[in-house]
Amino acid sequence: MTNDQLHGASSGDAATSAPLVDVRDLSVRFVSRDMDVSVVNGVSFELREGEVLCLLGESGSGKSVTMRSLMRLLPHTAQLGGSVSIGGLDILGMPARQLSTIRGSLVSMIFQEPMTALDPVFTIGQQIVETVRCHEGCSRSDARRRALELLELVQIPSAARRLDAYPHELSGGLRQRAMIALALSCRPRVLLADEPTTALDATVQIQVLLLLRELQRELGMATIFVTHDLGVACEVADHVAVMYAGRFIETGAVGDVLNRPHHPYTVGLMRSTVHGGQRGTTLEPIPGAPPDLRSLSTGCAFAPRCGEARPPCLTAMPELVEAAPGQTARCIKYGAATTYAAAGTFQAAV
Amino acid sequence: MLFYILRRFLYTLPIAIGVSLVCFALVHLAPGDPISAILPENASPQLIEEVKTAYGFDKPLPIQYLYWLGNVVSGDLGTSIMTRRAVLSEVIPAVGNTLILAACAVLIGFVVGIGLGTIAGYNSGSILDKAVTAFAITGVSVPHYWLGMVLIVLFSVNLGWLPATGMGSLGSGELPFTLDGLKHIILPAMTLAVIPAGIIARSVRATVSEVRKQDFVQTLYAKGLTSRYVFVHVAKNAAPTVLAIMGLQLAQLLGGSILVETVFAWPGTGFLLNAAIFTRDLPILQGTILVLSIFFVVTNLAVDVLQMMLDPRVKRV
Repeated sequence: MTNDQLHGASSGDAATSAPLVDVRDLSVRFVSRDMDVSVVNGVSFELREGEVLCLLGESGSGKSVTMRSLMRLLPHTAQLGGSVSIGGLDILGMPARQLSTIRGSLVSMIFQEPMTALDPVFTIGQQIVETVRCHEGCSRSDARRRALELLELVQIPSAARRLDAYPHELSGGLRQRAMIALALSCRPRVLLADEPTTALDATVQIQVLLLLRELQRELGMATIFVTHDLGVACEVADHVAVMYAGRFIETGAVGDVLNRPHHPYTVGLMRSTVHGGQRGTTLEPIPGAPPDLRSLSTGCAFAPRCGEARPPCLTAMPELVEAAPGQTARCIKYGAATTYAAAGTFQAAV
Repeated sequence: MLFYILRRFLYTLPIAIGVSLVCFALVHLAPGDPISAILPENASPQLIEEVKTAYGFDKPLPIQYLYWLGNVVSGDLGTSIMTRRAVLSEVIPAVGNTLILAACAVLIGFVVGIGLGTIAGYNSGSILDKAVTAFAITGVSVPHYWLGMVLIVLFSVNLGWLPATGMGSLGSGELPFTLDGLKHIILPAMTLAVIPAGIIARSVRATVSEVRKQDFVQTLYAKGLTSRYVFVHVAKNAAPTVLAIMGLQLAQLLGGSILVETVFAWPGTGFLLNAAIFTRDLPILQGTILVLSIFFVVTNLAVDVLQMMLDPRVKRV
């Protein structure tokens, strides 16, 4: 399944080293007494030091769950399959105790909503100090010094005073900066960001985004960004993986995917989004709604909404195939098999 | 913070005045004339006038209230109609006895309630959770005087392990507890603890499971804290809500329980109130209620201040 791998040609020197993050055929099912839902179905990708991967998709497409699987931060009902390795460590097979030593230090995470993601009854300083001491076992004063450095690193003005502030005393933007400081507190090698700018005002959004990109480059972290915002993706990402119904349906370098999308879903996504120089044109929404993951049909999950669907689309889930150099798409249009080209459209067949 | 405490303290003043008004009004609202209770039925009108003057009942009500309030503030709660002793000297030992009982009941009730509630909150939906909920509902619903009697029948009458009534050596004000005192306090303390244990278990369960669902708990796990450290965060978040409930329960227990103290013949405030009601001893009634109400107000003040110290967001309100 070499064509499933994401790694493009953009970072030539890093390509020789082993990938920092290696996800193979990851699947996540939520199983409880009254439901059994496959949320992620066979996702594979690699990520090297300093690379930024953006997972794009609508809500419910499995992007958040995919990312959380990297630190196994999922409810007990989740059953994980496949393999996830970070820095050579097997994440999925790791005992819980060891898991807590890598969470926050090797891999750390920024959450979407900083208001609710920070503990309201502890100060920002206390929350950072606690993390630093938990992983590095240093003294309280050393940890506090580090917390101060971190707040300065994320450009919080009058950081010393903000150290003793409670989350509710900060503005949304400052809160998210504090959240970033917390995530960076133990020098993670992999940073996971779950829609880190979605809950912020538009003007603050871009500031936080630029800060994140700057820090990511400075600290050389491998980063996974989850977003449904194409603008965010094109601002920060090296690579993009578009998700639909728990699968990657298109991957490639950010410029290639956004400028020359191949999968009909990505094409639709681009058409339904506002971007530069579009005044006067009408946006085209993608018809229909994302499929119910509890009752997926055997064929392509996007086929029911796809304008280009033909009868063979409904028989089997297409493989992820190379649609252009360094770019893959999960659509039989690009497959070696000629069934799609041979089949007529639905109108012709009926 | 000091400012907040001061402000909160000032708020209690009107409450205290309201309480004193109610206590004062009790005498005049109660059916029957307090004078007639202490005088023979065939007392002459002249004697009635004399007694009225002696107790100050001949003056207009507002004046009576101010007189009475002045006395109360200077520590004079009046004289018991029955025993002719100062009300304060009757109330203080009763309050002491109730405090001993309440302290034990609080200890049992809070430990059991918080323990069970936390276990249930951490296992919500499980059999354990349902068992705790069943216990809590039973605890709140069972009439405690009935439970007291059942315990007496079981442990005192049938098994003969524990004394049925009285304070034993505790009554003489002997501290620390002797084995005899301990034996006397077990049954009433357990009986009294059942309701607060049930109420606290339910509120702790609800609060803990709600706090655990909040997003920040995920952040805590994501930063690599183990469950033990996460528990500290959960506890501090749950504390303000639980404290408010605990404060109410504490104040209620400090007030003594007329029924439980009567069942166990425990000479506390409840016992005193019961006796005062039956003998129409209004000054005792008035004094006891006043002292208990002040306890209530002070406990609530303490809970509010504690809550503010635990939850920084309270200050803004």
